[in-house]
Amino acid sequence: MNEYATVKGEIGAVKARSEKQGSAGRAAERAPAERIDSRRGVKDVMETVMKAVFVVCGLVAVGFVLIISIYLIISGLPAIREVGLWNFLAGTNWDPANKSGNAEFGILPMIFTSIYGTCGAILIGVPIGFLMAVFLSKVADRRAAAVIREVVDLLAGIPSVVYGLVGMMVLLPLIREGFDLPAGDTLFAAIIVLAIMILPSIISVSETALNAVPREYEEASLALGATELETYFRVSAPAAKSGIAAAVVLGVGRAIGEAMAILMVAGNVANMPSLLSSVKFLTTAIAGEMGYAGDLHRQALFSIGLVLFLFIMLINAALNLFLKHNKEGS
Amino acid sequence: MNSHESITAPLSARRRTWNGAVRALLYAAAALICALLVFLIGYILYRGVPNLSWQFLSSEESVINDIEGILPSILNTLYVIVATLIFILPLGVGSAIYLTEYATNKKLVSVIEFATETLSGMPSIIFALVGMMVFCQAVGLGTSLLAGAFSLVMMTLPTIIRTTQESLKTVPQSYREGSLALGSGKWHMIRTVVLPSSIDGIVTGCILSIGRIVGESAVLMFTAGMGMRMAFGGDTVAKFLDNFFGAAGSTLTVSLYVYAKERADFDHAFAVAVVLLAIALVINLAAKLAGKKLKKN
Amino acid sequence: MTDKTIIEARDLDLYYSDNHALKGVSIAIPQHQITALIGPSGCGKSTFLKTLNRMNDLVPGVRITGTIEYNGEDIYGRDVDVTRLRKQIGMVFQKANPFPMSIYDNVAYGPRTHGIRGKAKLDAIVERSLRDAAIWDEVKDRLNKSALGLSGGQQQRLCIARALAVEPDVILMDESTSALDPISTSKIEDLAMELKSRYTVIMVTHNMQQAVRVSDNTAFFLLGELVEYGETERIFSHPQDKRTEDYITGRFG
Repeated sequence: MNEYATVKGEIGAVKARSEKQGSAGRAAERAPAERIDSRRGVKDVMETVMKAVFVVCGLVAVGFVLIISIYLIISGLPAIREVGLWNFLAGTNWDPANKSGNAEFGILPMIFTSIYGTCGAILIGVPIGFLMAVFLSKVADRRAAAVIREVVDLLAGIPSVVYGLVGMMVLLPLIREGFDLPAGDTLFAAIIVLAIMILPSIISVSETALNAVPREYEEASLALGATELETYFRVSAPAAKSGIAAAVVLGVGRAIGEAMAILMVAGNVANMPSLLSSVKFLTTAIAGEMGYAGDLHRQALFSIGLVLFLFIMLINAALNLFLKHNKEGS
Repeated sequence: MNSHESITAPLSARRRTWNGAVRALLYAAAALICALLVFLIGYILYRGVPNLSWQFLSSEESVINDIEGILPSILNTLYVIVATLIFILPLGVGSAIYLTEYATNKKLVSVIEFATETLSGMPSIIFALVGMMVFCQAVGLGTSLLAGAFSLVMMTLPTIIRTTQESLKTVPQSYREGSLALGSGKWHMIRTVVLPSSIDGIVTGCILSIGRIVGESAVLMFTAGMGMRMAFGGDTVAKFLDNFFGAAGSTLTVSLYVYAKERADFDHAFAVAVVLLAIALVINLAAKLAGKKLKKN
Repeated sequence: MTDKTIIEARDLDLYYSDNHALKGVSIAIPQHQITALIGPSGCGKSTFLKTLNRMNDLVPGVRITGTIEYNGEDIYGRDVDVTRLRKQIGMVFQKANPFPMSIYDNVAYGPRTHGIRGKAKLDAIVERSLRDAAIWDEVKDRLNKSALGLSGGQQQRLCIARALAVEPDVILMDESTSALDPISTSKIEDLAMELKSRYTVIMVTHNMQQAVRVSDNTAFFLLGELVEYGETERIFSHPQDKRTEDYITGRFG
């Protein structure tokens, strides 16, 4: 039996199989006699056990999702109940560790910051990433494209703390001096870092979508007298639009979930967001404060986790919608 | 109609402008990204390499002797990688086998697939929170590398399921039929025919998972601790084992964060960044090689 | 064949890397007639067709010597703008390839590309092109529906309408009925015969009956050479070359 594995892909396998099937046919005729064999019983038990094992493995992922949902809900609700849903979501002041007893738990600034930050990153990252995808897929010399693709992949593999570090050292001084601010830790810095971090996935997903556009569409357009660039932007890109939309949603998901890199550049003050002020994201609130938070503050951080979780579930639903549409469309 | 327009007339000014502008934009975007890549990598190397030394990689930090070293972080990272892989390998491969070989219930399959997609789209800070609540507190592992590894299992499971599934799908149906026709049971068929042919996918999944584990910081900061001292070792066997399973400490990414954000020791932060960059490069190359093999078969 | 020549190739050689695909082809194609290019697969007839609107330029490693003149201008000349050329010499492909857009946008794509703006203007062009392609009645109520929802034959006529919309002078048809059923095929043949009063049509076909039914002139290609060229009636009744005779009597191909 083992040779099936080793000769895989070779013509020999086909031949071997047809010969074996011949003998298998003969063996089947004798099957009733073999069934009395006691080892068969052991085998059957083994089959059942292994099937059960695989079912369990398959369900592990479902279990994880359930654990995540249940724990986030259980630990996220108490603070919301204590503070009040409206005060929590619509409150504009976040002062959870107030020593004089006037702690406030309004996360609206963080919700807005997360939304602004994500939109900003998308606004910068998507056009550049899309242009880059068109360049790699259609315009660039094949060998140059292959090299650039490798480096873009490397960009995707760099840990987020490294982006945060470079952002701290390069971007923050530039912003501080460029805008004449006391400190460079701003929403703007976070947006730039996020935009760079989502670039690799935007590029690669859009490029895959562009490469999948049938050549016939492009030929038809060229034969009508369109230039190559007109063809790429007016035929290829619209034909790849659901793939590109998926790239955008994926970018949104990554940007809204990123914590460590922007924790290092955003300044972490829960201001209402403006481009040149220090801000706190939903994610950075959790990452930055969990270390020292106590009691209600800690519970409120879990509530923020719950809010973030709901955001992500919404985005995932959107992504699934696009991908399904994509599958049916092609 | 049928105007005999000359074919040598140039494009209209409007189209010429559009084409020129778009071409300029394309090249500008490409140049910007390439410059960014070169700058990022160059800057990390420029700041980090001078601070990198054998001593830094091979020793433990010591305030008394004024030594900086990330050996504990390297060991912690390896520990977390191995511990995570030990769990996601059987779970992920088993799950992929169930989905491609056994599953007949379409509803269940779509539930499982929805779950894996949900996990793969989840931000790491969520795994950090849940890992902390479940493994550190509820299970009682406390802040430890083991709790970190368990949290990472949740995070990286979808990767290995997906790559294994992809390679299982490339195993020709005829191999399966050939084996089953010989009267072997399904498990026997999987063990002897399907699994050996899907090794490439499993390896690719492992490599990609290692990439995610090495790059992860939020989860480990919450669950595995931020200490940079050596957590392993012990005079007695019992102590050693206790330390081995209970060890807590920072991995490379967390050490970088501690250096940069808590100690403002940027030289050493960049030195760690160089190490991480090198690992990312190796992982990328390995994934490419494994992926190429996967495609060939 | 005393009519005005619109396209004339002289000593045309074409190489795909090492493959000598067209060998010394010289041919003069008359205006407002239908010229059929026939021959077995791989004989160079499609390759020749694609040199006329320079779609071969897209193939890497292609090399061309000799000249092709369109209205007396060398189409491989240095000053030639291929977009102008392709606007004048339109093409309908073997497989219907409407864009994944609405029917209206498909037809309006060409005019828009060439700078025509204004809804009224475009509406008029779209209607006229769809009427000329004999598909207006079938699609006039669903212009904003996706073109991909049309049948194969309708899609191909839409592609013809799309080609007509840029007001070409010559229409190249590359086995444009080979993927269609007989009814759709005959519709497109009728259409081609109507179009020749205003356009010059050059069609590649592997269907000799089609060449006989539709074309005025026929060129027979074999192994990259133009073996014989003349009025269709004459070619099919009195072929002068033994190879032509063998081909049209079905001895090979």
